[in-house]
Amino acid sequence: MSAPFASIDALAADLAARRVSARDLAERALANARRHAHLNAFIGVDPERALAAAERAGNARGPLAGIPFAHKDIFCTKGQRTTCASHVLENFIAPYDAHVAERLDAAGAVSIGKTNMDEFAMGSSNENSAFGAVKNPWDEARVPGGSSGGSAAAVAAGIVPFATGTDTGGSIRQPAAFCGVTGLKPTYGRVSRYGMIAYASSLDCGGVLARSAADCAHVFAAIAGHDPRDATSAARAVDDVAASLDAPLAGLRIGVAREYFGAGVDDGVAACVREALAELEKLGATLVDVSLPNAHHAIAAYYVIAPAEASSNLARYDGVRYGHRAAQPKSLDDLYSRSRAESFGAEVKRRILVGTYVLSAGYYDAYYLRAQKVRRLIAGDFAQAFGDVDLIAGPTAPTTAFRLGEKSNDAIAMYAADVNTVAVNLAGLPAISTPAGFVGGLPVGLQLVAPAFAEARLLNVSHRLQQVTDWHARRPEGYA
Amino acid sequence: MSRAWEAVIGLEIHAQLSTASKLFSGAPTAYGAEPNTQASAVDVALPGTLPVPNRAAIAKAIRFGLAIDGQIASTSVFARKNYFYPDLPKGYQISQYELPIVGRGTLAVRVDDGRTIAVAIERAHLEEDAGKSVHDAFHAETGIDLNRAGVPLLEIVSAPVMHSAAEAVAYMRTVHTLVRWLGICDGNMQEGSFRCDCNVSVRPAGTTTLGTRTEIKNVNSFRFVEKAIEYEIERQIRAIENGETIVQETRLYDPTRHQTRTMRTKESADDYRYFPDPDLPPLVVTSADIERERASMPELPGARRARYVAALALPEADADQLCADKATADYFEAVLSALPGEAKLAANWVLGELAAALNEAQTPIEAARVDAAALATLLARLREGVISGKIAKEVFAAMWNGEGGADAIIEARGLRQISDTGALAAVIDEVLREFPQQRDACRGGQEKLFPFFVGQVMKRTRGQANPQQLNALLREKIGLETA
Amino acid sequence: MNLDHATVRHIARLARLALPDGELDAVSADLTQVLHLFDELQTANVEGLNPLAHPLDVTVTLRDDAVTETDRSETLLALAPESQGGYYLVPKVIE
Repeated sequence: MSAPFASIDALAADLAARRVSARDLAERALANARRHAHLNAFIGVDPERALAAAERAGNARGPLAGIPFAHKDIFCTKGQRTTCASHVLENFIAPYDAHVAERLDAAGAVSIGKTNMDEFAMGSSNENSAFGAVKNPWDEARVPGGSSGGSAAAVAAGIVPFATGTDTGGSIRQPAAFCGVTGLKPTYGRVSRYGMIAYASSLDCGGVLARSAADCAHVFAAIAGHDPRDATSAARAVDDVAASLDAPLAGLRIGVAREYFGAGVDDGVAACVREALAELEKLGATLVDVSLPNAHHAIAAYYVIAPAEASSNLARYDGVRYGHRAAQPKSLDDLYSRSRAESFGAEVKRRILVGTYVLSAGYYDAYYLRAQKVRRLIAGDFAQAFGDVDLIAGPTAPTTAFRLGEKSNDAIAMYAADVNTVAVNLAGLPAISTPAGFVGGLPVGLQLVAPAFAEARLLNVSHRLQQVTDWHARRPEGYA
Repeated sequence: MSRAWEAVIGLEIHAQLSTASKLFSGAPTAYGAEPNTQASAVDVALPGTLPVPNRAAIAKAIRFGLAIDGQIASTSVFARKNYFYPDLPKGYQISQYELPIVGRGTLAVRVDDGRTIAVAIERAHLEEDAGKSVHDAFHAETGIDLNRAGVPLLEIVSAPVMHSAAEAVAYMRTVHTLVRWLGICDGNMQEGSFRCDCNVSVRPAGTTTLGTRTEIKNVNSFRFVEKAIEYEIERQIRAIENGETIVQETRLYDPTRHQTRTMRTKESADDYRYFPDPDLPPLVVTSADIERERASMPELPGARRARYVAALALPEADADQLCADKATADYFEAVLSALPGEAKLAANWVLGELAAALNEAQTPIEAARVDAAALATLLARLREGVISGKIAKEVFAAMWNGEGGADAIIEARGLRQISDTGALAAVIDEVLREFPQQRDACRGGQEKLFPFFVGQVMKRTRGQANPQQLNALLREKIGLETA
Repeated sequence: MNLDHATVRHIARLARLALPDGELDAVSADLTQVLHLFDELQTANVEGLNPLAHPLDVTVTLRDDAVTETDRSETLLALAPESQGGYYLVPKVIE
């Protein structure tokens, strides 16, 4: 019964022709999850809820009706454990649904459970989960990337056709690249953050990981749009991304960012990305050399700003209203300090301390304020480049998936792996990671960055590339 | 206070903006609900919840800004003030720090000694209130009620420009009147809708450098503010004269002992790590937003007070009292509009008979049992001479008791003055016939007997004789010269 | 140079993270290493630039003043590790 899935369009056709039922698909996804449980891609699988949702899905119309999927465990789902991969929320049953969960529910999509992730989305390897690391289906000794590692692994392994993710500094795109799937990080404000547990609020962005750009387009159409419950939610109408998927690429100008091929980028990765770009050229696009002169500041600016926001966002986990509470506190301070120290993992603590430090008296100007100014420089780089080109391209990550444990004791090396993704979040732009070949049997991702709200262009270009290449269609051995 | 020292006082007033829902959530703000029944998922800071600002709170802040002629920021920023405390669910308070919605403005304040001082207001910013800690209901624990958490406050920060408790209290009263007048705060101090932190320092008279200040937190009555500041000034002077140094600290006022005492600090070293709230991009106020509020602004209490003195020729004391709250001033104006040219009469009755009745019944003027139109009718009858002033008070009492309008009561009780010369002449003739000796004596020069005849006539007319008419007619009939 | 212990203690205290003395050296070294990463920010030319706190220079959206929440205290209090009589409980606080 366990078997990977075809495209969302093919599944929808099967459902419409009654060759298969929503229940069949849910059962298949559940069987897949059981079969590949060793990947540790899920924090919780909920068959009962999934089958009930499949029953309801029978009434829904649209491309996602009856399609099984999984939620990153950062999205609150009503009546279901929502942990953010942290001990602090180990027993937290969310009393409400995130906007993204509501939208997918309304579209008739069937969630089979919650995927593993780095604790509070802080990480690039999924090794920072309170529920254990996730294995990469392409090489189980390697990381799937992070923080949406469970979602990427679950899609790569064919457990579900798509999964939700969030991207604060690359958390959708980098695991998508490491696992050979397509990952879309929309424009900041395009997808409501309501019910999405905060890491760094001015950077956090909900999105999707799927097998193909066409599948991503369906999910994006369902989850994008204005939500009055998020004061940063964009009011403008959502483009019809499906309508422009097949648009020709003639005349398209793609900027190849010099800095994205700098030191630290693996030669094999660079070669794959150039080959993918050559395919786009064949499709009619023009490649243009562009420069993002402040790109080298992005890591530092990001690792000041994101922890600063996180240190404040995570202050609410104090053991009083929900979450882990230390036993027999001697005083209020003891309650706070122990509840928090006992239940946050090492990376979360590190970022809370760093964030507290950069906001504290005497350091605010030198670190936080300066990083915000550098953020404007970085956003300016993109604005400048988009004066000349329609998209900016480069490798999503400088290397292919690294080994489990390889960088887990070296925070700085781990942070450096985010070099090509964090700047996009600082600028709030949409970006996609689309499969671009393999190095030593491991997938490589091509990152395309677009001006704000140009998700349609990203999906169009990625889709056209996927029509003339088969990198996205390949499956890891043992997962066919 | 010793003449060698000058006190310097600044106030931070927290006015709760009268909105139906909270500053950042759709939870109700009603006072007195069961604990935590008005604390929504946003208010208890559940993971994934987000703040969305309340448009009405922003409009009310703009109104305040207009009233103090303050600078209204086209862009203001919500910032997080980070500290841990159980009544602060998110671990930070959303406030405004570097860019408040209202910048520098000024307020004219009349002090009890008759002076008017201009108090500079440095800023007024929006922020959310914290919850409430309950210390006495549990054995070894403190209970937390988050109903108040997220209630909108306008923090109004004065410059340190006041120099006595009397000035500070006069300023606080002026702000209290103003926020109620504008309809942006109910001003209820028992319920905590209007409270005050007092910053107090002293310095040698004649110097300009500010001394070290202390902050007295959360004082919630005018009297306590006065007492607390007086105590604190004396304490600081005594301490300095004894060679001690003043420590910058937060103090609490103890109303039973009329003293201030050191408060345990919330954060060991205050380091609130303010930064722009990443959930809340900058708040933009357009000139259209401002003009919309300006168009619906009432005449302000200072302007109205000045108009009463200049245009209506009311005594300053009357103008002050009438403008102490908008409902009273509006009531007065409603009476006046039905009784043009009778400002003093209207003021006397609003501040006299009506105020006494309201006070006795513990009723706000909005719920007065005699409305302005009814009072104006009564006063018109008084002016027309239909009834005397004494009778008018009787009629007012009957109106207050619900017996009907002035005319109906005058009719029903037969209280109309006898102004009909014929009827009055008949009564006078009857009295003069009954007391011929006294009549003759009076006519012969014993004018001290005149009041006797007035009394007799009044008795027989049950007080309804028009006094002026009675006087004239009686003199004529007795044969005295007309006065 | 590593962050001194007093600074690390102060930061941990502000963040309310219990930090045993035995871990001070390690945490200090670790934070110092991360802060080193930020040194290069000083090389950026940011003269005359306004800080960018929100991407795309977005402005806030507002809501109308309407009560949209009903009493959910039972559900919310049920999430609390300790509550009694409708209150959340914490160890006794003295002001």
